[in-house]
Amino acid sequence: MAATPRIIVVGGGLAGLAAVIKIAEAGGTVDLFSIVPVKRSHSVCAQGGINAAKDLKGEGDSVLKHFDDTVYGGDFLANQTPVKNMTAQGPAIIDLLDRMGVPFNRTPEGLLDFRRFGGTLYQRTAFAGATTGQQLLYALDEQVRRYEAEGKVKKYEGWEFLSAVLGSKGEARGICAMDLRSMETRTFPADAVIICTGGNGAIFGKSTNSVVCTGSAQSALYQQGAFYANGEFIQVHPTAIPGEDKLRLMSESARGEGGRVWVPRDRNDKRVARSIPEADRYYFLEERYPKYGNLVPRDIATREIFKIVYEDNMGIDGQPMVYLDLTHLPKARLHKLEGILEIYEKFVGDDPREVPMKIFPGMHYTMGGLWVDFQQQTNIPGVFAAGEADYSIHGANRLGANSLLSCIYGGFVAGPQALQYAKALPAQVGDGGHAEELARQKQKNSGLLNNAGTENPFKIWRELGETMTKHATIVRYNAGLDEADAKIVELLGRYKNVNLSDKSQWANTSFAFTRQLYNMLELARVIVQGARQRDESRGAHYKPDFPNRNDEQFLKTTKAAFVDGAPSISFEDVDISHIKPRPRVYSST
Amino acid sequence: MATAARTIQVEIKRQSSPDQPATTEKFEIPYRPNMNITSLLGEIALNPVEVTGKPTTPITYDSNCLEEICGSCAMLINGKARMACSALVDKLEQPIRLAPLSKFPVVRDLAVDRSVLFENLKAVKAWVPIDGSYDLGSGPRQQPQIQEQRYPLSNCISCTICMEVCPQFNDSTSFVGAATIAQVKLFNMDPAGSVLKEERLRALAGDGGVQECGMAQNCVAACPKQLPLIEAISDVSRDVVIQQVKDFFSL
Repeated sequence: MAATPRIIVVGGGLAGLAAVIKIAEAGGTVDLFSIVPVKRSHSVCAQGGINAAKDLKGEGDSVLKHFDDTVYGGDFLANQTPVKNMTAQGPAIIDLLDRMGVPFNRTPEGLLDFRRFGGTLYQRTAFAGATTGQQLLYALDEQVRRYEAEGKVKKYEGWEFLSAVLGSKGEARGICAMDLRSMETRTFPADAVIICTGGNGAIFGKSTNSVVCTGSAQSALYQQGAFYANGEFIQVHPTAIPGEDKLRLMSESARGEGGRVWVPRDRNDKRVARSIPEADRYYFLEERYPKYGNLVPRDIATREIFKIVYEDNMGIDGQPMVYLDLTHLPKARLHKLEGILEIYEKFVGDDPREVPMKIFPGMHYTMGGLWVDFQQQTNIPGVFAAGEADYSIHGANRLGANSLLSCIYGGFVAGPQALQYAKALPAQVGDGGHAEELARQKQKNSGLLNNAGTENPFKIWRELGETMTKHATIVRYNAGLDEADAKIVELLGRYKNVNLSDKSQWANTSFAFTRQLYNMLELARVIVQGARQRDESRGAHYKPDFPNRNDEQFLKTTKAAFVDGAPSISFEDVDISHIKPRPRVYSST
Repeated sequence: MATAARTIQVEIKRQSSPDQPATTEKFEIPYRPNMNITSLLGEIALNPVEVTGKPTTPITYDSNCLEEICGSCAMLINGKARMACSALVDKLEQPIRLAPLSKFPVVRDLAVDRSVLFENLKAVKAWVPIDGSYDLGSGPRQQPQIQEQRYPLSNCISCTICMEVCPQFNDSTSFVGAATIAQVKLFNMDPAGSVLKEERLRALAGDGGVQECGMAQNCVAACPKQLPLIEAISDVSRDVVIQQVKDFFSL
């Protein structure tokens, strides 16, 4: 048994910071690794809010309704026990965040205000303007800074996780990481490791994700023997702002506060949006889904927008865009959306208070991730995972404002569980595998630096993004998925021929990127092959050739293992011990 | 071709490491509408060749969210401190000149070390000292007016632009800068956070504290998030003086 358990947390977003807080509070010591200063983590981008059934609006909301909405919204693919636990803890998590000083919006009585989000009929989403993720991240960052000042947490900001160090029985004994300034590669000892490295948007080239969201850490662990689950479930957010370098999120809260999605009824209508009278506007979500209207779950809204554009040819001016209109909203409502209105104004140049926004769906969230048990532990003993990096909670489709909750919940479970595991861990054999892992990683580094090829890694990345966006997002066909897999295999081949124009050993960002790129390519195959094998439509995974959900065959978690250099897919039963699966229908009135 | 393809001229101040001299490299990038500075830097990474045809290396710079909320990509763009992601090429005069922030140690190229801000936040205890993360029930009620004052201060993205543009933030003063002072106001306004109010104010008294501010007001003009920095500085200044008087008489 370790005298003072030493835990490594990788990733300083909400899940990582939540885990750190629980460990430090329980007397453990933590080394926290993050590519960027933790205050700049991707959680900062979450906008709309965080769900918890506090029922402060007198609607009769309850944690069981939140539980049911989440499972139903996820098309029954999520294991139900952790979802039940998360929703039950929701109200206490909101209270804690409030006590930490998060500037949540308030009612006149001084209570927390709540707004409605997609996939529910209740006002269940607490929010801080339209920058809730930023406010939550800062609150946890501040608590961790306090523990850092007390010497309980040591931050390694500007370090990138490369791999786990595994002992004689395959158990975690630390990590191998690289300093992104000095490019020093070394190993760090730990009794348990918690992976909180977020999603993998970069695999799709352009997404709403931040630059660091490559999925590299998850992929490295998958290549070391961890199962990667439900990789094919990728959320494409219905409302993003198309851009040259990325797709910028336009929060669901815009619709939560009353925003309406429409296109002109006549596809040849050339009038300025605001001059088009009501009768000539097609509010297609409201007409097709009278009960939920603009707040149908994201997978459904995304497919409807896709159909309007590509099947009905009704995109604005023939372009892949539809209107998201806030111009009718009263000032007080617009005020609650200030943060996102500014983003639109800054990056597009139009004032969304005056001109309807033009939006289109964009890759947004990774429902799949490292396979974990109900204690957030992966199949590698001592490696835990939490937040977007793990696959639990959201099933086949995530409901808006559930991600912030799942990050904090996952971190709050993983932290104490890792500590408990570490306390019972027997002493390592020999050096715990440190020397061997360090040698392996250094060999990869020198191999890359000395490669005399001709391929530009950024070009390989661009091609990967294009093929993934084309074949593995909103609509999927088996022929296209086969084509995508063949393309990735080709790119993996070309990767061997990669040439770094920068071979220096100081703050070499393209070198670090090229290492990530390899992991992106391996993980892309998991996504594509998982999608290929799942011949049904469920949540975000939609195959026109198999338009229905097929519970008999596919009410199962997809588990990918890295065998002989390729994904090997198996299926595992889903925990449906609380709610019986039923058809998922949002169109009834 | 009838006309030469439109291009974007860029000049970038580069430095391969902290102890190497700075040089300037010029690039010519094929024009596309709606580009921002970060997508321009991405184009250079795709084809790292100077305008002279000489191969070079991709530019090192900090970036993450690309939507002006993470605070990473602050740099000097045509001499002005601003966020690269929200700087749109179509609105910039050419050649576009890029340089690292001038008041922080250069790491490489456009990346600088801004960890001083995070150290400052530690020094002023910019947190609410909660009893624990276990369930202790609801927080105190708070009037919406308090939230309306706290929220803008909590929008600080730690980009350090307010420090870069401040004439008092330099090697000779150890001024903490506007961002840290604004956070002191934020936490002193929190019902539970105010328990550390006196400690925070004492940390901002004396050398490098709030009195170093020369009221140039550059910070408030440059802040990409429009924080009410001048108001925060004057409020905190007043509170620091009151605290000093109190401390003097309790001696």
